[in-house]
Amino acid sequence: MAKILLEMKNITKTFPGVKALDNVNLQVEEGEIHALVGENGAGKSTLMNVLSGIYPYGTYEGDIIYNGQVCKFNNIKDSERLGIVIIHQELALVPEMTIGENMYLGNECGHKFAINWNKTYSEADKYLKMVGLEESSKIQVKTIGTGKQQLVEIAKALAKKAKLLILDEPTSSLNEEDSRALLDLMLSFKKQGMTMIIITHKLNEVSYVADKITVIRDGTTIETIDNHGKEPVSEERIIKGMVGREITNRFPKRENVKIGPIRMEVDHWTVHHPLYPERKVVDDVSLNVRQGEVVGIYGLMGAGRTELAMSIFGQSYGVNFSGELKIDGKPIKLRKSESDAIRHKIAYVTEDRKGNGLVLSQSIKVNTSLANLDAISKNTVIDGDKEYAVAEEYRDKLKIKTPSVEQLVGNLSGGNQQKVLLAKWMFAEPDILLLDEPTRGIDVGAKYEIYCIINDLAAAGKCVVLISSELPEVLGMSDRIYIMNEAKIIGEMKAEDATQENIMAAILRSGRGA
Amino acid sequence: MNEKAKNFKAGEFFQKYTMIIALVVVTAVFALWPGKRGQILQPSMITSLIAENAYVFVLATGMLMCILTGGNIDLSVGSVVCFTAAIGCVMMASGINMWLAVLAMLAIGLAIGAFQGFWIAKVRVPAFIATLAGMYAFRGFSNVVLNGYRVDIANERFLQMFGNGKSSYVPDVIRQNMPSLDSVFTKDNAGLAKLIGENFITKFNVTCMCIGLVATIVFIILKVHKILSQKKLGIAQSIPGQVISTVVISVLVLWVSFKLACYRGFPMVLIWIALILGIYAYITTKTAIGRHLYAVGGNEKATALSGVKTRNVFWFAYANIGLLAGLAGILTAGRAKGIDPVYGEGYEMDAIASCFIGGASAYGGTGKVSGMIIGAILMGVINKGMIIVGVDANYQKVVKGIVLLIAVMFDVLSKRQKR
Repeated sequence: MAKILLEMKNITKTFPGVKALDNVNLQVEEGEIHALVGENGAGKSTLMNVLSGIYPYGTYEGDIIYNGQVCKFNNIKDSERLGIVIIHQELALVPEMTIGENMYLGNECGHKFAINWNKTYSEADKYLKMVGLEESSKIQVKTIGTGKQQLVEIAKALAKKAKLLILDEPTSSLNEEDSRALLDLMLSFKKQGMTMIIITHKLNEVSYVADKITVIRDGTTIETIDNHGKEPVSEERIIKGMVGREITNRFPKRENVKIGPIRMEVDHWTVHHPLYPERKVVDDVSLNVRQGEVVGIYGLMGAGRTELAMSIFGQSYGVNFSGELKIDGKPIKLRKSESDAIRHKIAYVTEDRKGNGLVLSQSIKVNTSLANLDAISKNTVIDGDKEYAVAEEYRDKLKIKTPSVEQLVGNLSGGNQQKVLLAKWMFAEPDILLLDEPTRGIDVGAKYEIYCIINDLAAAGKCVVLISSELPEVLGMSDRIYIMNEAKIIGEMKAEDATQENIMAAILRSGRGA
Repeated sequence: MNEKAKNFKAGEFFQKYTMIIALVVVTAVFALWPGKRGQILQPSMITSLIAENAYVFVLATGMLMCILTGGNIDLSVGSVVCFTAAIGCVMMASGINMWLAVLAMLAIGLAIGAFQGFWIAKVRVPAFIATLAGMYAFRGFSNVVLNGYRVDIANERFLQMFGNGKSSYVPDVIRQNMPSLDSVFTKDNAGLAKLIGENFITKFNVTCMCIGLVATIVFIILKVHKILSQKKLGIAQSIPGQVISTVVISVLVLWVSFKLACYRGFPMVLIWIALILGIYAYITTKTAIGRHLYAVGGNEKATALSGVKTRNVFWFAYANIGLLAGLAGILTAGRAKGIDPVYGEGYEMDAIASCFIGGASAYGGTGKVSGMIIGAILMGVINKGMIIVGVDANYQKVVKGIVLLIAVMFDVLSKRQKR
């Protein structure tokens, strides 16, 4: 048995109100590629942040043993000094700077006050060759494509003398061809003795590249699967580990299911990326939602679900739209305007409640009324008493736990923030609610309460579109499920026909086809 | 645990009222300064404090709206003040009706604000740069309009309405119409003379005192109404705290109007200041556009996704500060009885400093008109006090700088603790 390079023992990390990691164990042997898989929010990235020192020693419990020594990292620099280098999911390159400058950013060649540019560029070129890039290190990063930028990131890591390379979703922004090239590069590094950890959602990549697979679910390690058998580990086997919990009682029962006529229809809807207009983020999508129906849209991260929802909501994302949006059979004139969407009784509850949803520096009351100030004001003058009464009403209805609606939203727990966000959009009195990951990052109890709210909304005749990357949630809540992958709708199933296996299979089929 | 909770509350109290406490301490230091005892509390000092800082109150109000939208500032206001005043003065010098000139000054201010707001809101030129451009350009235009020379105002009515000469006070109509009061306010009336002060009693301005009294009563009624409605709704807010703050503010208003009454009475500029502060306190707390200002500064994306046209909010903030710069131009010209091409230089910085000292966040989203008022008064008191105790003029700016730094440091630190 090869030497164990890294061992993470009983790592526990808590954030206010959430236990993100609970006694996680991970063993990585020298010279292997170790895959870390799990659903969104399972704790993979948190674990890697603990390892690289982003969460410094003392903010977590447990031990990191690297090369036989217990490590106490205070920051990224500490871990990089030992050769642990992490490449984050979002590219961390400065577009305006040259490749060489980027590679040695914070790690400059020569003296701090007298950078040796000749050495910088000659060294950079050397590492670029190693990752198979022909470009000169003197060109600006913004002039090369995302696939090559990802390779620059790897070259940058090599320049830091990486011994253990951690790649967090390295292929999430790459196309099939670039992804395969990157994976092959990883395999060639392995031959040279490099140790790597790869975090990914793409299970075909896992079975292609990994020696061992550790599955994390809800902040705990479930199992480590060896991929050295005669047959590669099947994707179904990994999925079972990822989602393998019993689905009982996690979802409240739907009552008064009365599904009416079609309210909203989207026809041949295509949206392009705002920065790279040649890229389609939503590709020829058609779907419909009926009155009183909960429609699930399931897809892995990056499948284009959020982009679809936001583009329907007043074209708040994307450029170069085409297609048709009909409400109650009537086509809607398309315009880039969120207030138009609200007027057409559409609401979009964002997946990113802190970034796009709430004004954290303001009170629950102010946030609740923000999307529908007209309802509580007369000639634009706000009726304070009425606003207060509305906020109180929703606080009761949604069981928001707070001493007062004057409380700042920034001080609430994730679950309560999510409820405030829902309250805001329920107060806007929409007929069609697009809920994007409504239970992301909140605990099980609060999730259940949010599910109850969703059922109530459907029972009241609203149309609910539930977007989620949690398969059990989609299965447990929806009447009908659309499956989305790589910007397209690749399947539609009735709830009674859908299972985890056949949804995953549909995604894998479409992935292979492309 | 109980002890801890208590300490926390004390800390919270200190944090909430830091600047008021600072204002009281600073005033007390100057008032007790050896050899200059009580000078800063003299009626004439308080009157001139208000007159000299009129432009700060007006500009800082506009600046606060800009800062709320996300820490954006307007560097051009000093130049716009000068430019609008220059146009008004030239108009009046050529015999155009004074009210027409006033209207023109406000309209031009508004137009300039809207013009700059267009670049900031619609084209997305960074506010700092757009207004820096305006700062240069309108300083230049002022020179052009004035031909490089000072232009005086001869219009008595204008000076009376907006200046601070002897005539620029609300006339004591009560005593004019009730001559019998003259016999009350004499030195012979020993009790009253002692209360008011022998030097002031004969010309004590009854109208001014009455204005203060009425304002206090209206304020108390509004406050009581608010507390009662809160109680009805069962909002958990400390009633003793509100009562104390109401009493303190009432006493302060009465005290200031008493001091003013001892001198020349109620300055006309104070009417304009009070009007502006009142209107904008209302806009920020009670109207949809006020709410949008805070929301945009707190989280622009979330606000846009809530259906608010965020660009129009920016446009409003900058058009509005242009309008107020026009008003500040009127007040500046009135006080100086004319306009010089260099007037208004550095006004933008005074306005910005008042907002930040008054607790507005440099990142936007938080800040109140009431805080800004405290900030402006604190700056005014420090300026005045340093002159009284004879701090070298060169050092006065150093002190101002330090005060600003400390105030913003408080803001940043208190935010960090929350995380």
